[in-house]
Amino acid sequence: MSSVAATVPAGRAVDSPLSIYDLTVAYHRKPVLWDVSVDFPKGQLIGVVGPNGAGKSTLIKAVMELIPTASGEIRVFGKPYRKNRRRVGYVPQRESVDWDFPVDALDVVTMGLYGQIGWCLPVRRKHRQQAAEALERVGLADLAHRQISQLSGGQQQRTFLARALVQDADLYLMDEPFAAVDAATEQAIIEILQEMKNRGKTVLVIHHDLQTVADYFDYVVLLNMRVVAHGPVATTFTQENLQKTYGGRLTLLEEATEAMRRREKTL
Amino acid sequence: MFGIDWLAWELDGWIMLAGILSAVSAALLGNFLVLRKMSMLGDAISHAVLPGLAAAFLISESRSSWPMFLGAVAVGLLTAVFTEWIRGFGKVDEGASMGVVFTSLFALGLVMIVQAADHVDLDPDCVLYGAIEVAALPYDSWSVGGWEVPRVIVVLGCVSLINLLFVCLFFKELKISSFDASLATTSGFPAWLLHYLLMMLVAVTAVASFESVGNILVVAMLVVPPAAAYMLTDRLVLMIGLSVVIGMVAAVTGHLAALTVPGWFGYRSTTTAGMMAVMTGLIFILAAMLGPRHGVLIKFVRRRLLSLRILTEDVIGFLYRIEERGAELKSDRAGIADALIAGPLALRSVLAWLRWRGHIRSEKQGYELTATGVVLARALVRSHRLWEHYLISEAGVGAERLHAKAERLEHFTDRDLQERLSDETSSPETDPHGRPIPPSDH
Repeated sequence: MSSVAATVPAGRAVDSPLSIYDLTVAYHRKPVLWDVSVDFPKGQLIGVVGPNGAGKSTLIKAVMELIPTASGEIRVFGKPYRKNRRRVGYVPQRESVDWDFPVDALDVVTMGLYGQIGWCLPVRRKHRQQAAEALERVGLADLAHRQISQLSGGQQQRTFLARALVQDADLYLMDEPFAAVDAATEQAIIEILQEMKNRGKTVLVIHHDLQTVADYFDYVVLLNMRVVAHGPVATTFTQENLQKTYGGRLTLLEEATEAMRRREKTL
Repeated sequence: MFGIDWLAWELDGWIMLAGILSAVSAALLGNFLVLRKMSMLGDAISHAVLPGLAAAFLISESRSSWPMFLGAVAVGLLTAVFTEWIRGFGKVDEGASMGVVFTSLFALGLVMIVQAADHVDLDPDCVLYGAIEVAALPYDSWSVGGWEVPRVIVVLGCVSLINLLFVCLFFKELKISSFDASLATTSGFPAWLLHYLLMMLVAVTAVASFESVGNILVVAMLVVPPAAAYMLTDRLVLMIGLSVVIGMVAAVTGHLAALTVPGWFGYRSTTTAGMMAVMTGLIFILAAMLGPRHGVLIKFVRRRLLSLRILTEDVIGFLYRIEERGAELKSDRAGIADALIAGPLALRSVLAWLRWRGHIRSEKQGYELTATGVVLARALVRSHRLWEHYLISEAGVGAERLHAKAERLEHFTDRDLQERLSDETSSPETDPHGRPIPPSDH
């Protein structure tokens, strides 16, 4: 497992912003992701689509080593995540934080810079300036000093986006940035994502609304515990693949998992 | 009533200082426990340090500080670790796994302390409830820069200083990991590391405080002042500052109350530590009532004021409609009360206020709008009728619910919104019922 060449088979892109090979993740010994292998293309808007419980959030958490993996290899710009942490920006689900926390929008955005500032060093005026500029870019300049629970859902989501912007990463992992926002906010967000893409960033977005996949994304990954299909939206986002991803009853994989769990409980 | 002469400063001063220091050291850390929703873990750790203390007593056969600190800190950290384990393996929620860990450890500690009491000069009651009055006695004192300072003051002073340094130095790290643990971890500040650092200091603080406020009441110091401060502000720095001040106030008032309050009922003075905790509770209740953001009282006042404002506007609108239609309805107070279903007290005060502002005057057949009152009324009625138009044409609201909806909306319509309403409904001159819409005054 020491070198990239030893674990990544020939023909796989080494300079991919995110290269996942043979990833398996399990919670309480119940597999959530199984043998996931994808090389994500550079400089594109990538949608990750799949039913609830398909392991979409798990996938990006595994990339950032927030949860342990059972097996597999993850490379971020050709190196382990740890070595390239700075190049990855993360936008968590909005519900994952406590919005009653006593901070204002500017504080939340400034947190995106803490990693650059480093241990124990104070936040300086120039950092706040940077954060204020990011808030302006997402159209929240005049709400900078509002306590975050007093922002609407869409404004909270844009605050998170501003925080990702100040991180100035090359690869962004976003967990449902469009969840429960109004149409105008959704439009504003997609414009920002497009602008990020135009500046050469790779943006990976967990997405729920199948209607908009074709409009928003260049590349799509259809996920349901395993990767059902991945590729350019035009060729991959087909009725047939969707049927395989969402279709019908339990997949064979899920049935096997269920059987495993039952066996374990009866033992 | 609070004569100072009965306070013996050599003793009471030290007691209050000990109380202040233990309140301050605990409150500093407590903010992050409260914000992480881990108040109970603070509780668990401060209880669970007991076996560590007891083990240190048994081994070293003394109350010397170092073995005690080390033993207690080790057990405190174990509590945090065990809690995580049991939650992970046992698949029970955090509250239950904490309950399992800390009651077991606490009980173990109790057994050991009762055993130890036979060998060592150690009173189980003191460990549990604290004996700030005894701890502050000068018999056990260190010389600091030529001053004789009780040992407990020195220890608590050091811990307060350490906690202050910790919070100042790691302010940014504590803030980010409390708000968004995954962002902290991915930014290079491992959330687990800060978690265990915080828990270690909670254990240290619990040990340092057990002689003064006691093992049980230290929880009140950890959690209640920060919780009260949380009610009062929505800025983190201010919250920490306020929690420290609240802790100090509770310490001082607690001691004074311990000396005086039981006297009012003919008892002797009571324990300062207990009274300090009671004071934090009282301050919390005050904060919960009066807090600007979550305060019960403020919310109540706001609601009252809003309903009075609505009633004021309703009265004006009612008088306008009477004048518009000719007097088929009575415009005296009883008539208004009937039509608007208003309480007598609210209506009286609203009418008095309107007369005082010169918007209405009292005539023999009832109330009448003055010139300024008419201006207000026209704006209001204009909003109401424009809303009716809008609701019918844009929102598809049925005619029978039209009036009630517009009646509510008219109170929240400023001039700007009114203009936009007028534009969107293409400036009608009459409402859906055919009554004229008063023109805009601007």
